[in-house]
Amino acid sequence: MGFKDYCFKKSLWVFHFGGASCNNCDIEILDCLTPRHDLERFGILLVGSVRHADVLLVNGSINKRDKERLLEIYHQAPKPILVVAIGACGCTGGIFAEGMTFAGPVDKIIPVDAYIPGCPPKPEALIAGIVKLAGRK
Amino acid sequence: MAIDLFYFFVFPGLIFAAITGAFLSWFDRKITARVQFRKGPPLLQPFYDFFKLLLVKETILPKKGSPMIFLLAPVFSVFGATMAGVFILLPLFNITTGFRGDLLVIFYLLTIPSFSYIIGSLASGNPLASVGASREMKLIISYELTFLLVIAGIIMKAGQQFDLNSVISIQQAGTPFIGSISGVLLFIAGIFCLQAKLGLVPFDMAEAETEITEGMFIEYSGSAFAMIKLTKYIMLFVLPAFIVALFMNGFRLEGISILWAILKIIVVVLLLTLIRNTNPRVKIKQAVKFFALWMNLIAVIAIVLIAFGY
Repeated sequence: MGFKDYCFKKSLWVFHFGGASCNNCDIEILDCLTPRHDLERFGILLVGSVRHADVLLVNGSINKRDKERLLEIYHQAPKPILVVAIGACGCTGGIFAEGMTFAGPVDKIIPVDAYIPGCPPKPEALIAGIVKLAGRK
Repeated sequence: MAIDLFYFFVFPGLIFAAITGAFLSWFDRKITARVQFRKGPPLLQPFYDFFKLLLVKETILPKKGSPMIFLLAPVFSVFGATMAGVFILLPLFNITTGFRGDLLVIFYLLTIPSFSYIIGSLASGNPLASVGASREMKLIISYELTFLLVIAGIIMKAGQQFDLNSVISIQQAGTPFIGSISGVLLFIAGIFCLQAKLGLVPFDMAEAETEITEGMFIEYSGSAFAMIKLTKYIMLFVLPAFIVALFMNGFRLEGISILWAILKIIVVVLLLTLIRNTNPRVKIKQAVKFFALWMNLIAVIAIVLIAFGY
């Protein structure tokens, strides 16, 4: 593993995209950044602007309106960017999979690097997923 | 010529200041984490951040805006911070050159990073960036007068000596300036000016993360953002070093005194970090009032006290 990849893996800044979510996954993502779980010890920071992001966390079912926003956000992000689909809705569509406004799970719209299933996934599962993603890169 | 380039690029300048500043930035983040009962990032985290931004990430240019100025502004900010760093650190390390670190030159050079941020963010054409830039302008207008008054107080205390060399040597011959009432008052005003210059929390409205999402730096990505990070690291070392030179009799580089020098810098950074962690962000109106009224009042009182010899 080269020096560049090592630096990238040690400093992942995450940007949070919430689709049409029921907010449980959002709360669990924010839980990861609290003192109890403390993602900063892996160098992970939550950033407000997608221009600074290395990881795009996508949760919630993606409906027709969210699809345009998600594509726009994805094209605005500087490459290389990793995409993580979080929760049952992000990975497969969950209970919304047959809804009439549903525009497909995240991996039909943009390439996804990791899936973290659960409804909602526990913060431990999120941390494990992101650390595994960093280790694979 | 070669020695000047060495001063600029290697020893008190770019590389030395950047590496020291990166470690101080780690210290700042670690103390923040400990204050919030977290574990905090590893020691080399600032280096990982910098090299990731510099080498790995793509730099995106704004569609509406001026790409040339957008890209040149971070370079200017690194230049200003390094130049100020050279003029502050040369007298601190007792290196005598032809130029005797004039306080007013340092004062002007220290404003270059803020002005380059403003120019760069206005060139990006993003509405949130222009909100940040306008806030930064108001902040500069409010704190620069206080900072100038602090420097004026120091000049009066040093017996009308304008250069940093004599300020340091007068303190080393007598007592440090912080050991008097007027010195303490000037130190308080100076610390708050530093807080505003570094963009730390009570006065970080120009780059408010939760409100206007990094404000001035919202459009920066990749190596341009790495240059801004580099400026932040350099400023985090250079400004506390300036305060140490003005108030705490500088560095004395022999034997155990080197430890004292390191400790002084760390204490000033610790003070800044603790202020940052125990205060909420103020509105721009409150910040202007805070500097224009209270901090100027404190600085003027200190100058009057100096005139009466306290």
